[in-house]
Formats: sequence, structure tokens, C-alpha cells
Amino acid sequence: MVKRIDCKNLYYRHLNKIIQDEAESGETEFILDNLNGQRYLGTGINKAVNITVNGTPGSDCAVFMNGPTLTINGNAQDMIANTMNMGKITVHGNVGDVVGYGMRGGKLFIKGDVGYRAGIHMKEYKSQIPVIISGGTARDFLGEYMAGGIFILLGIGSDSEIITGDYLGTGMHGGVIYIRGDVENDTLGKEVKKLDIDEEDRRILRQYLTEYSQDFGFDVDEIMSKSFIKLLPLSSRPYENLYVY
Amino acid sequence: MASIPPEFKVSIDSARCRKCGICVNNCSFGALEFGDDRVIPDDSKCVACYRCVSKCPDNAITITNYQWANRGNANWTPETTSNIQKQAEFGGILLSGMGNPRPHKIIWDHLLIDACQVTNPSIDPLREPMELRTYLGKKPDNLEFVENKEGEIELATELQPQVKLDVPVVFAAMSYGAVSLNAHKALAMAAKKSGTLMNTGEGGLHEDLYQYSDNIMVQVASGRFGVHNEYLNTCSMIEIKIGQGAKPGIGGHLPGEKVGEEISKTRMIPSGTDVLSPAPHHDIYSIEDLSQLIYALKEATNYEKPVGVKISAVHNVAAIASGVVRAGADVLTIDGYRGGSGASPMVIRDNVGIPIELALATVDQRLRDEGIRNRASILCAGSIRSSADIAKAVALGADAVVIGTAALIAMGCSVCQRCYTGNCAWGIATQKPELVKRLDPETAAQKLTNLLSGWSFELKEILGSLGVNSIESLRGNRERLRGYELDEKTLELLGIKSAGVGQ
Ligand code: SF4
Ligand code: SF4
Repeated sequence: MVKRIDCKNLYYRHLNKIIQDEAESGETEFILDNLNGQRYLGTGINKAVNITVNGTPGSDCAVFMNGPTLTINGNAQDMIANTMNMGKITVHGNVGDVVGYGMRGGKLFIKGDVGYRAGIHMKEYKSQIPVIISGGTARDFLGEYMAGGIFILLGIGSDSEIITGDYLGTGMHGGVIYIRGDVENDTLGKEVKKLDIDEEDRRILRQYLTEYSQDFGFDVDEIMSKSFIKLLPLSSRPYENLYVY
Repeated sequence: MASIPPEFKVSIDSARCRKCGICVNNCSFGALEFGDDRVIPDDSKCVACYRCVSKCPDNAITITNYQWANRGNANWTPETTSNIQKQAEFGGILLSGMGNPRPHKIIWDHLLIDACQVTNPSIDPLREPMELRTYLGKKPDNLEFVENKEGEIELATELQPQVKLDVPVVFAAMSYGAVSLNAHKALAMAAKKSGTLMNTGEGGLHEDLYQYSDNIMVQVASGRFGVHNEYLNTCSMIEIKIGQGAKPGIGGHLPGEKVGEEISKTRMIPSGTDVLSPAPHHDIYSIEDLSQLIYALKEATNYEKPVGVKISAVHNVAAIASGVVRAGADVLTIDGYRGGSGASPMVIRDNVGIPIELALATVDQRLRDEGIRNRASILCAGSIRSSADIAKAVALGADAVVIGTAALIAMGCSVCQRCYTGNCAWGIATQKPELVKRLDPETAAQKLTNLLSGWSFELKEILGSLGVNSIESLRGNRERLRGYELDEKTLELLGIKSAGVGQ
């Protein structure tokens, strides 16, 4: 059975409660129509349910999310995947600012662009590695304070050669950012270095981009045919010499 | 370091010393060595932690301030000059531990409590019941009742989640990382025994402590370390950390040296990596954003737990507090400028923020004036040192107080202010296994419990002398306080009269 909900004029708290209760009693498939700005979608459900959204979820979509798969046929607002732990989100559109803040695990695949401060303070521990892929462009402070995880930015269909903003990877001390094409050196944060990708990077990229391409109907070979660079932190201890004891 | 003068002098009385070497093994700062068949101290490394003094079986060790000839300069003190020398040598920010040590006036010590004489009787707490119980959480604007079918009166108002405290004292946020796992365990055990809460701080919660969930407040800070579904649900309330009294407006760094395997797992940060807590939460740039996070946390925990917000006492604290309460916080923690810290830039610790007494009084008044005081409980933090401080804080409007440094002292801390080095000789502010094991969680928990029980007895004595039988009757009751040696403006802000003025 699929639980189909018309979200028009439904307050977020009520909507989330319906989903949480239904998921608790065993429902695994949800379709949400006319969703328009309701917050915290997918939060408080600690199960691997599938939620398809026709509309635009509000801010903090999937905050603390732990298990569900969200397919969003539309855009998403700010702070999607905030401190998300497990699950997957595909957004068939663009997303706002501060996406994946402190994300700890799971996947966030975005067909279009991300706003400011994407991937801020993502983390990882051993095999639990969060992955964000954006098919479009990013604004300033991409990967700020990043402590782990993988961010891939593709710039598919972008008119401009430059698909990133300023202060790239400022404060970055873990994880990796892959960018299709190149970045201008003067936009790099002072805590990161730019490197060419190697065979292992290509393997990782192909692995995630194959899944990404299937989700959005892209051709993975075509995506991979363009060159990539990667950004790594210069040090895992960027502020080691900041203090006097 | 040669040009930087030592702060302390270690003297070993060779007539008493049996040369057992216990002090050498106990000094975690490397200030004592064996050589030439005697203990040789290196004054420049001593931090006056008193570990060696307390362990020496012969009472042979004395630590004194290094005696500098008094050059009569009250401006260029030894501390000021040696700070400049340190920075000239190494560059960088001067780091410090614990709270602001400056000799500013302590307002608590200028507040005096009333007592009953003749016209209304005092109460003997040893004979009569005396209530210290306190509930943290949002209280309703009004209560509605209905009559049920059996003709009984029932409460119709839906109550918001509350946390019950048997004593009006909770333990301060001190992260696993800043302090050891044994310290965290001791705080959790003591919270359970005393019927109160320990606060995880921002470093997550080690799995060994999940069993104490009813007595745990979990913190969510800008770094979001160890914040996941299980964490948010293994507690009786959640606190969003915006600020800390010892370092308002700035973030924190846990140096990579302190990040071993267990910390790494709990915080979800690779071992040896610096743990950076950004200054702001990057999802909070406004009161509306704060509200969004408060409700995100409520949504993740099924609206079953109070969500608090901790701010530091800054100039505009009353207006900020009003915004925080309106944003939906169920509990507001205010941390004054003397609040402690495991590591804080000295310049911030000693120069930023305002005294908690003024912040508390002005926040309480502002919330009352706006008619929203019931919407949040107030926790008062920032150097609560005794039961008298608690009584005064409650009279100024606090629901309960928060103790950090006092709790550490109960566990054995000697306030050496070197928490940031990771070398704490008492096994508290360290992650080194050989030091951590010096702190026995059971013993430390018992000491904490004893402290709270002692303070509870004293609080009951104070309440009895005031002629009231519950802490509730003292709450916000500023008429029972008088100020001594305080200026007019301070009295006005505190909302109290001068000593000597009757009703
Ligand atoms: S640092 Fe502590 S243990 Fe070492 S000499 Fe000084 S007081 Fe003794
Ligand atoms: S916790 Fe340890 S290092 Fe910090 S002040 Fe106390 S004794 Fe010193």
C-alpha cells in the first residue's frame, strides 16, 4: 500500500505526526502532494521508509534524519540534511543555503545548484561517510569547516567555467571536495590545497556518480569525461600554533 | 622559556624527604625529577596543582608563589610582563583554563539574606518538611479545569514536559574531551544519586553513560558533535549552546592531542584531528532561526523533552533572553562572566561579558515585565560557590543554578587553571589513561553527592530562617535580599533595597 497525503494547508507538525505514526504501524511508502514549505520533513522517523514529495519542502528538511529515503520532485529550501545521520535524499531541483550542515552519514543528491555554505562541518567516522553531490554550481564558503565526508560538485550545463564562489573550504580540516573542471586559486580558503585526482579518486567518483546518474538520467561516462580536481585540507590541525600556553 | 620567570617555587625539605619518588611519579607537568640522589624541581614547569604536596608521605614539599622583589609597580605586574614575554616568544593567543580570576567585586558577597524575628516565626527544617524540589520547563499561562462524569475536577490544560530536580542545582556542561570519561561517569552517577542532571557538554555521550539517561541533559552546539537520534533521545532534556560565560561570542578548539580513539568515536572526528566548534551555529543567524532549531529538536524527540538554550551574560542579555524565550526555549541558561572553561582565550575570559548577578536580575525582570516569565525556567550559571550563592540566585529569580567549577573542586580539582594542557594531575581535565585512572568515578560521585547534600541542608536552614517551607517561596522574592556596599545603580538593577532599609 502507498499512503498518499494531500499536504495543502496541513501544518508541518500534523503532517509529520501522520507520517511518523503510519511509519510506526508499518507503512513504508508515502507520496506527498502539494507540499509547500512544511518544515522538518523526514525527521523523527527512524526507519527506512520511502517518501516521494511533489512540491517544495520547507527549511530543515531531513534534519537529524535517520533512515528514510526522500525523493523530492521540486526544489528544497535552506538547511536540508542538517545533522542527518542515515538515509538518502534526491532533489530534482535546486536547494538553498547551509545544506548538509554537520551531516554524519547518508547521501544527498541534488540535480541542480546549492547555495552558500554547502557541506559545512560534515563529518565522518571510519566507514560512515556522508556524500553530497550537486549537479550545478555552489555559492561562497563551500565545505566550510568540513571535517569529513565527500562533496562532489559537477556544474552540468553551467555556462560559466567557474562553478564555485569565494572562500572555498575555509577552515576545512577533513574530508574531500571534488570539483568538475577547475577552481581559481584566489578563491581557495587558506586551509585547503588543490590537487589533481588519482586512480583511487576516479574509482570513488565513478562509484557515486553512477548511482547519481541513474537517479537523474545523466550519462556517467559523459560526466566523467571532463577533468576533476580535488580539494583537501592542508592539515587536520589547522590551528595547532594559534595558542600560547 | 628561560626569559619567562617562573610563577611558583617548589621547595623540598631534604631533612624530611625519604626519597621515595612518589612526587616525581605524580607530577604530570614534568616539574619534578630524580637526580643526584634527590628530587630536583624545575620551578618553571610547576603549576601549583598540589598533587605532589598531597601525595608526599613526609609532608616535605611546599609550593609558594615565586617571590619577586617588589618593584612597586602596580601597572606592570609580574603577570602582565610574563604574558607579554610569552607572546613575544611564541606569538599566538594566550590560553587559559577555569573562569575569570580577576579581583573584581563579587556581587553575591554583597547580598544579605533576611530572617524572621518575633513577628513571624522561623521554621525548624529538622522538624518540619522543607521542599527543595524544582521543575524545569515551560509553565502554562493559566490553568483550566473541567468536571468529569464522576463530578471530580480535572485539569484540562495540557502541561508541557517538565524535568524534576530534587535539588535546585544541576551540573554544568563539561564535554567528554574537555574532561575525562571518569569525570563524566562521576557526574552522571552523582546526578542520579542526588536527583538532578549532568550536562554532556558539546562532545556527545559515551555509550557507557546511556544508562543514566534520566539524569542527563544533552547539549547541541555549533559543532554538532555526537548529535544523532539516539543521543537526542537518551536524556531528559536538550540544551542548545549558544554561548558560554568564559568565552562569549567565540567558538572552541579541542586540540588534536586530546582526540584519542574513544573521543574520536563519540564526536565522530578522526583521531588526532583538531575539533573545531565554530563561533556561531551556521543555521542560526536570528531569533527565528533559533526557533527553527528548537522545534527541529522537539520534532526529533516527539515533543517529549524540554529544549533549553544557553547564552552568556552580555550587555544586551535581557533583550536576547526575551527573544530566546519567545523563540520557544523551555529553559534558559545564563552563564556569567566568571563561568569556567576547559580552554578559553585569556583576553576573552577576562574582559568579555557581565556579572551573572546583574544579568539574572535584569533578565528575570524583563521577562516579568513582558508577562512571559512562566514560559521558561531560568538556570543561573557562572561561579556559584556555595549554598548562600544558590539562595541569593533563587531570590533574584533563578529556578535553579548550575555548578561546574564547584563540582570539579568536589572531585579533587585544585583550580590550577591548566585544564587546556591535558595534563590535569587529578584525572579530570585529561585524556591520558595514566592520569584518568587517578579519578575513581565512585569516589568522585560520592563527593559530589555529599556536596549537594550539604548544600541542601544549608538551603533548608536558610529557608527555615526566612520562615518559608519551600524554595518556591523564595524564588524571585527580592524583598528578602538587601545590598551592602553596592552603589545605587547596582541596587536598582538588582531590584533590591540597601541594607538598613526596612520594608
Ligand atoms: S606541578 Fe603539581 S605535582 Fe608538579 S611540582 Fe608543581 S604542585 Fe607538584
Ligand atoms: S580540572 Fe585539573 S587541570 Fe583543570 S584546574 Fe582543576 S586540577 Fe587544574
